[in-house]
Amino acid sequence: MLYAIVIGIITATVAPLLHRTMGRFVVIPMALLPLLLFIYFCTFMPEVVGGHAVTQQHVWVPEVGINLQFRLDGLSLIFALLITFFGTLVMYYASGYLDGDPLLGNFYLYLTLFMTAMLGLVMSDNIFSLFIFWELTSISSYLLIGYKQAEKDSRVSAWQALLVTGLGGLALLGGLILLSISAGSYTFSGLLTQRADVLQHAFYVPAVVLTLIGCFTKSAQFPFHFWLPNAMAAPTPVSAYLHSVTMVKAGIYLIARLSPVLAGPDIWHYTLMTVGGITATLGAVLALQHTDLKAILAYTTISALGLMVTMIGIGTDPAMKAMLVFMTAHALYKGTLFLVTGCIDHCTGTRELSKLYRLGSHMKYSGLAASLAALSMAGVIPFIGFIGKELLYEASLSSYVLLAVTMLSGITFVAVAIVFGYRVFWRKGEDKTQLQHHAGFPLYFPPLVLAIGGLALGLLVHLVPTPLLQQGMRAILANPNAELKLSLWHGFTPVLGLSVLTLLLGYAVYKSLTVLHYRASTLKPLYRYGPNTLYHMMFEGFLHHAKAFILWLQDGYLRNYVMYIMFFFCGLLYFILWRDTPGIDFTNRIYQLHEIRLYELVVFFLVIAALIFLLGTRSRLTSIVVMGLVGYSAALFYILFGAPDVAATQLLIETLTVVIFVLLLHKLPAFTYLSHQFQKYKFIAISALFGILMTYVMLLVQQQAMSTSELKEYFGKTSYLEAHGRNIVNVILVDFRGLDTLGEITVLAVAALGIFSLLRLNPERGGKQ
Amino acid sequence: METLLPLMVGTLFAVGLYFILHRHLFKVILGLILFSLATNLFLFVVGGITRGSSAIISEEKSTATEPYADPVPQALLLTAVVIGFGIQSFAIVLIRRVYQTFKSNNLDELRKENEAQ
Repeated sequence: MLYAIVIGIITATVAPLLHRTMGRFVVIPMALLPLLLFIYFCTFMPEVVGGHAVTQQHVWVPEVGINLQFRLDGLSLIFALLITFFGTLVMYYASGYLDGDPLLGNFYLYLTLFMTAMLGLVMSDNIFSLFIFWELTSISSYLLIGYKQAEKDSRVSAWQALLVTGLGGLALLGGLILLSISAGSYTFSGLLTQRADVLQHAFYVPAVVLTLIGCFTKSAQFPFHFWLPNAMAAPTPVSAYLHSVTMVKAGIYLIARLSPVLAGPDIWHYTLMTVGGITATLGAVLALQHTDLKAILAYTTISALGLMVTMIGIGTDPAMKAMLVFMTAHALYKGTLFLVTGCIDHCTGTRELSKLYRLGSHMKYSGLAASLAALSMAGVIPFIGFIGKELLYEASLSSYVLLAVTMLSGITFVAVAIVFGYRVFWRKGEDKTQLQHHAGFPLYFPPLVLAIGGLALGLLVHLVPTPLLQQGMRAILANPNAELKLSLWHGFTPVLGLSVLTLLLGYAVYKSLTVLHYRASTLKPLYRYGPNTLYHMMFEGFLHHAKAFILWLQDGYLRNYVMYIMFFFCGLLYFILWRDTPGIDFTNRIYQLHEIRLYELVVFFLVIAALIFLLGTRSRLTSIVVMGLVGYSAALFYILFGAPDVAATQLLIETLTVVIFVLLLHKLPAFTYLSHQFQKYKFIAISALFGILMTYVMLLVQQQAMSTSELKEYFGKTSYLEAHGRNIVNVILVDFRGLDTLGEITVLAVAALGIFSLLRLNPERGGKQ
Repeated sequence: METLLPLMVGTLFAVGLYFILHRHLFKVILGLILFSLATNLFLFVVGGITRGSSAIISEEKSTATEPYADPVPQALLLTAVVIGFGIQSFAIVLIRRVYQTFKSNNLDELRKENEAQ
């Protein structure tokens, strides 16, 4: 399974290269990859259906529990198959949709990267590798949504999606860490075995809240749903793949994956049911107000995601069954409808409902695909959508509120299905919309495959999907004996009655759509108070205040920076001295003054006097001379205290510095008084504080009895015997630490180069800039 | 002298910092030089000072005998002094160049010029 990921990433990175060499035929390897992966995952089918999970482990960073642990059980395999199957079709579709686009190679890079990340996500058993793939999907989806870089809309939406899902990702990371702490395990299978610990741990509630925030942002649940409709700025293949089938379902996947661990306490079930229910209702209501085909699909997707979350929240066997079947059905029909919408957009140049009529006469195959998908969406027998809807009703029969929510979404789905399957393509009476060009094979073939898939799965329901879905259900319920039996015909049950009622009500809603759209326009002002506006307010507010803060803090004045640094340094130092309160033995210190030799005292006062003089002088030459004096005094101190080499160097360097200064003196600026009086006091205060603290520190260090250091002893012993030098300091520099000295020489060489270029290169005289 | 040396280094630090906080380019450089001098001496003092005996093995012996100065801080110090010189000379040439190009000795004016561009 690791190879699948690695091959995916390699293929992704070579995509732009392939596009350059192969031109439009780049689609062949790009579509072949998901197809091969699909076949590869199909080979796991017998094992997984037999009830065994396939596991693989690769050590990555074992110290902190981050490993590439893969586990392919029923739930993962369902997702893996969906991802690769849709991947194949979408890759092929994109070759038609973005035909001739110069950035097609990049597009394939992002899309393949996304697909690989998604595969890694659903296969990960290790929670940290899941998180890494999770973030990778966020990043690649950012690139995909912002694919039309030239459009501002596209960039803003990409930012929004990245920020919302990225912040959710942070919350998720926190939640996952809390979970792993409470269970003492870094894998989902480990969490499951330690379930009792997790439920009783004090971290349970924060972990649930954080994890669910992560999942809700990814799956566009209320109040984070707003990024999904905006993400429709992406090219349609992206919307079809990411925002109906894969990425938004990552949240659903994770909730389902954690459900056997976290389910039980009320907070889990009620949060999921409330948020899911609100999202389903909101999506359904908003879908009816829009006239842009893609927006309609986006809102129905939100509604469907809400239903899935609700079902996991209910948590009973029928609910999980309904969730899995509905998810599969939804993927098939929503993918089809998105791809058909893209085809319409491509061929007519518009997605506006009021401009699209009788497209069926020109786009037979697209129309056929849309109608088949619409029948599945509406829940008409014998499509898999029918089974999904029956199961949804069955699962929500327990409560009137849930039933109402499900019904409302169902009715909206029917109305939307009629719009797509009939109104746009076949309804008679209006003038035909003229096409700009005909739909090519890549544009109508993939949706047709998906639509027929929906029909086939419905007809063969007990054969093909049932065994796999059963394994998925067992994974979600953590019950190896859970049964999942599906059949197309349940007999005349109350649920069938509800289905028929939904169809009728849906038709009624469809009939009154024009009225609804008219009414909806009066609601527009209300949107100003929605979460989308809140997001933009927060976003701009954040940028504004961050800018103001930065401009205040980083004002560009060197002295202010130095002052901040010194201020904090002194503060920290003072804090530590105050906390540890080490005292200085002053009497002993004063006693030590007896030992001072006269010449030492003379040099000391010389330096102090020189410094005082330096503070007062206004002549550049004098200050240079005084500087030299201070430097030479320092050299004297080095000699007095047993460091002749340092003293020699200091003397040389002081001389050189003075020479350089004097040579350049006439080119240096003259002194002028520049500082303000008030600032001057501030500077004096901070400088004095710094000087006092440093003095104090030195006295403190001296007071600690210096134990003979091992290094001193070592160099003292080996210097002559091993390196054959009597001057230990020199031996250290050229022998023991010879490489350091080489580095030092390099630094000097670089400085010399810099000086040379500063002196010699003159842009005004035609030198290089 | 152990007591007076910290006092001297502290004064050097204070004066160095005070000069760095000026907005006159020349004084900033003076401050920089004083500050690096103070830092070197600080290292020297903190490393422990021994009066008189340097870290040299006498002719008749093959290993060093106490008392002798700790050679490790000295080796560090030598490196620091030399690197400090590199920085100083670069800084001196840099202000000369800045003065030449902008005809200004005031750091604040340089900033305004930068904004104007």
